[in-house]
Amino acid sequence: MVGRTLVEKVIAKAAGLPALRAGHLVTAKVDLAFAHDSSGPRRWRPLLEELGVGLWDPAKVAIVSDHYVPAVDAESAAILKTTRDFARDYGVSNFFDMVGICHLVLPEHGLIRPGAFIAGGDSHTPTAGAFGAYAAGYGATDMAAIAATGETWLAVPETIRVEWTGAFQPGVTAKDVMLFLCRELGMDNAFKAVEFAGPLVEAMPMAERMVLANMAAELGAETGVVAPDAVTFAYLAARGAPVEDEAGALALHSDADAIYATVHRFDAADLVPQIAAPHSPANTRDATEFGEVRIDQAYIGACVGAKIEDLRMAADVLKGRRVAPGVRLLVAPGSARTAELAAREGVMETLLAAGAVLMPSGCGACAGMGAGILAEGETCISSTNRNFQGRMGHAGANVYLGSPYAVAAAAAAGHIVDPRPFLTGAA
Amino acid sequence: MSRAFVFGDAVDTDLLAPGNLMKLPPAELAQHCLRAIAPDFASTVQPGDVVFAGANFGLGSSREQAAVSLRLLGVSAVLATSFARIFYRNAINLGLPAFVFPQVGEVSDGDRIQLDPVAGRLENITTGKTYTLTPIPPHLMAMIDDGGLITHLKRRLKGAAA
Repeated sequence: MVGRTLVEKVIAKAAGLPALRAGHLVTAKVDLAFAHDSSGPRRWRPLLEELGVGLWDPAKVAIVSDHYVPAVDAESAAILKTTRDFARDYGVSNFFDMVGICHLVLPEHGLIRPGAFIAGGDSHTPTAGAFGAYAAGYGATDMAAIAATGETWLAVPETIRVEWTGAFQPGVTAKDVMLFLCRELGMDNAFKAVEFAGPLVEAMPMAERMVLANMAAELGAETGVVAPDAVTFAYLAARGAPVEDEAGALALHSDADAIYATVHRFDAADLVPQIAAPHSPANTRDATEFGEVRIDQAYIGACVGAKIEDLRMAADVLKGRRVAPGVRLLVAPGSARTAELAAREGVMETLLAAGAVLMPSGCGACAGMGAGILAEGETCISSTNRNFQGRMGHAGANVYLGSPYAVAAAAAAGHIVDPRPFLTGAA
Repeated sequence: MSRAFVFGDAVDTDLLAPGNLMKLPPAELAQHCLRAIAPDFASTVQPGDVVFAGANFGLGSSREQAAVSLRLLGVSAVLATSFARIFYRNAINLGLPAFVFPQVGEVSDGDRIQLDPVAGRLENITTGKTYTLTPIPPHLMAMIDDGGLITHLKRRLKGAAA
């Protein structure tokens, strides 16, 4: 029998069809369905009422309020109340109200499991694939149907395998990998999965693996996966949710003779910090190729770029430095736990001493819904994952994307800059 | 007869439904659809008109309002070189036909066209060319025929109860 990919194995399990392969049209049983305040209850409730059913299994549903938090006007307050009322009325005990972004809060609580089939009402749901799950984003109607029935249709995707050897130079991160891949592989990989592998990925902590899987969404992939291993198991065990069947999780690894759509190989030693220019993550060049692009705002936030590890990167750059005159640095820790940890470690002290403005934990300005959005003609560099025209505010604003190092370095310099000299003391 | 509105590659969900306006009721949000690249689109598009685009139409967010806005404006179908996965599912779920159409380059903005989504036939009256469209897979066409996923599911749930 020809080997299978990790994604084929996970979907086979969810569909109860051991032999399935890419291309098969199947119905999969969902292990975890989640949504946030924007995509979830306010859209689900009327549809469930129209169908005349409740949730198929409230224990397998999670709701996270992260988009309109905290409320800034009557409309956002009403959306958050609708979300709370839904969690209460439909018996959702995995309800996380204003404690961070869903893609970070769910793993923090050990709810993302290797081998799970996960459906999320958000395009960055693939983040969970870092744990060896099949995790894909769905729109509200699809999600309401999943919430009602616990299943969904899909055509099993082919997998694009991306192998990375070597090790990063100091100042280069998983974010740079993904901005580079947006340019190299393009953003039009719909109905494909992306598997990240190789020694570089195996050596990455979960936080960096989550960046790879998260931005599989920018590649247009339906999911991004990293094979579960000792790093995965240690992360979950540390959060009180150990993987019981480790052998079963290891058996999910793609077979040596699995069939891929394509295989790409890169060496991390060749990679330098990357910056995506407006208005696309694929519009990426080496950070060294930008002239002095002046910035008005620097933003550290979002599911991809505001974990504790990301805040530490920013602090590494800003230790003993100040944000440049005329620049505002906004920091929105990805979760309440991240904020607490940053305070305890002194990371927050460093950032605030540098002149950062502390923002609520949530999706914030990334999705243009929270505080920190941009005026016409303004320029921002952001640790987020998308810079589509108008996403972060006015359609006439310019958003550049970079790693937390690159964002912090630009905040200190007042313009886009290669962050590496800031880490060696050369800047 | 309807009018073709033609767009380029990578029309994203923030162009279709801007993030900072997502609190607006759907009908109001729809008035901002594609405004950043085509300021007059919402005010000039007529029921039955068709949107043509290049690669990766609807990339970005999972927000269904991207497809809802097009439907509320009366767009009868989207024909693009390729679609982002979530947008494609959302469109079909809402009963908005989405066809993969590699010959988008042969259609100009403002062309008069005749589209029969059920038969999968497109006629560009302006250029005189006709096209047979790649059919929507049968399991999805069944959903569109039922009027979208929710009505489709309602029938299924009723069937299961009976």
